[in-house]
Amino acid sequence: MTLEKPGFIDPVAEAQACFRLVLRTMSSPGQIVTLANPVAAPPLTPATAAVLLTLVDAEVSLWLDEPLADSWDWLAFHAGVVRATDIGSAAFLCTTRLPPLAEVFAGTDAAPETGATIILQVPSLEGGKKLTLYGPGLETPIVIAPQGLPADFVAQWEQNHRIFPRGIDLLLCAGSSFCALPRSVRIGEG
Amino acid sequence: MNGYNFAYLDEPTKRMIRRAILKAVAIPGHQVPFGAREMPLPYGWGTGGIQVTAAILGADDVLKVIDQGADDTTNAVSIRRFFSRVAGVETTTRTRDASVIQTRHRIPETPLRDDQILVYQVPLPEPLAKLEPSRAETKQMHALADYGLMHVKLYEDIARFGHVTISYDYPVMVNDRYLMSPSPIPAFDTLKMNRMPALQLFGAGREKRIYAVPPYTTVRPLDFDDHPFALIRAPHACTLCGATNSYLDEVVTDDRGGRMFICSDTDYCADRRGDAASEGDAA
Repeated sequence: MTLEKPGFIDPVAEAQACFRLVLRTMSSPGQIVTLANPVAAPPLTPATAAVLLTLVDAEVSLWLDEPLADSWDWLAFHAGVVRATDIGSAAFLCTTRLPPLAEVFAGTDAAPETGATIILQVPSLEGGKKLTLYGPGLETPIVIAPQGLPADFVAQWEQNHRIFPRGIDLLLCAGSSFCALPRSVRIGEG
Repeated sequence: MNGYNFAYLDEPTKRMIRRAILKAVAIPGHQVPFGAREMPLPYGWGTGGIQVTAAILGADDVLKVIDQGADDTTNAVSIRRFFSRVAGVETTTRTRDASVIQTRHRIPETPLRDDQILVYQVPLPEPLAKLEPSRAETKQMHALADYGLMHVKLYEDIARFGHVTISYDYPVMVNDRYLMSPSPIPAFDTLKMNRMPALQLFGAGREKRIYAVPPYTTVRPLDFDDHPFALIRAPHACTLCGATNSYLDEVVTDDRGGRMFICSDTDYCADRRGDAASEGDAA
């Protein structure tokens, strides 16, 4: 185990600052926010690393996909996170490719808050196919164009929104920036 | 302050509360259970609101705390001093200068912006509690969006009294899905919640629930087409500032029936009078 990669330098202040950014983009879906103090922990991008340190610890389970598996030691050391063995049982998923949303736990009608959060590491939050977002948090619909989403993403999200209040919340991370797609948002193409 | 983490709560507790807040924002109006901690003040004095504020507060935030609209009452002063001591944050009594506003039972008269967060202290988060005492039952009702019981209560009010008799904590529908308690704010304030630009967070410490209304979200008071929701306001102008659009407190001034009506929102009233009294206690 090598521990040359640090976590937050000032854990209290940096976790708070990162949380407020997550809160801002969760409350205003699609709004792109950027970290002031990036955390360097490849193969995680700075945004992914900071969001994980802010939200996960020994009380929640995390699932990592294969390209990010090198980060287990770093996460175990800095966050003490519980390793989920399969996609369907994880509270948080951190991945470079979106798993089929139907395979991820979406909570129950009585306890929809148990639905998972997916942290998806994408190449860029710009230059991809245009998506229009509508819903709570948005004064008027906004357009985002992240890269790295599956071709049938809009159809999958339609299904994710249809089961509301059950559902999965998504954070898209690229470089030091990220934006959120909470389950309450509706997404149209173009 | 020595011996305490920034903003009093330890980091694992803040993380737990933060996770609950994010899920609450993603499911507007749904009550998310959380592991409320014991706080250094009794239940009923804002332990839920304080925990939410502690979890979101940063060193560069400017905090305002109001109790029934006033910045200078015991609850407001003690909570403001608490965060001033344990987080060292700047405090204010001016609504427009604050980035986080913790409130007990009022929404400020000054319209809020999208860079502000309003944190409500909530005694009873379950809007159906007075109609159905079982938590298991009300949970099921929320799961099924079955709010017939509340409609019956409103109907019975109208049948017996000619109008709905709820003057505070008026039940609202959030995002056309969840029935929500707006906390015991006067019915007068209810319409301010609809499509408010600021994020609204609700913390109930004893009941261990957090819920939220994201910015620009539909919040509709429950009513009937033929008996629409009607604002209730004392038919007076504020004795101090002359406002005719603010929520008023009735103040008894002597034992011979003397009384006056003044704005419940002290900052709004002082601002309209153009004096510096709204500085108040900024300890």
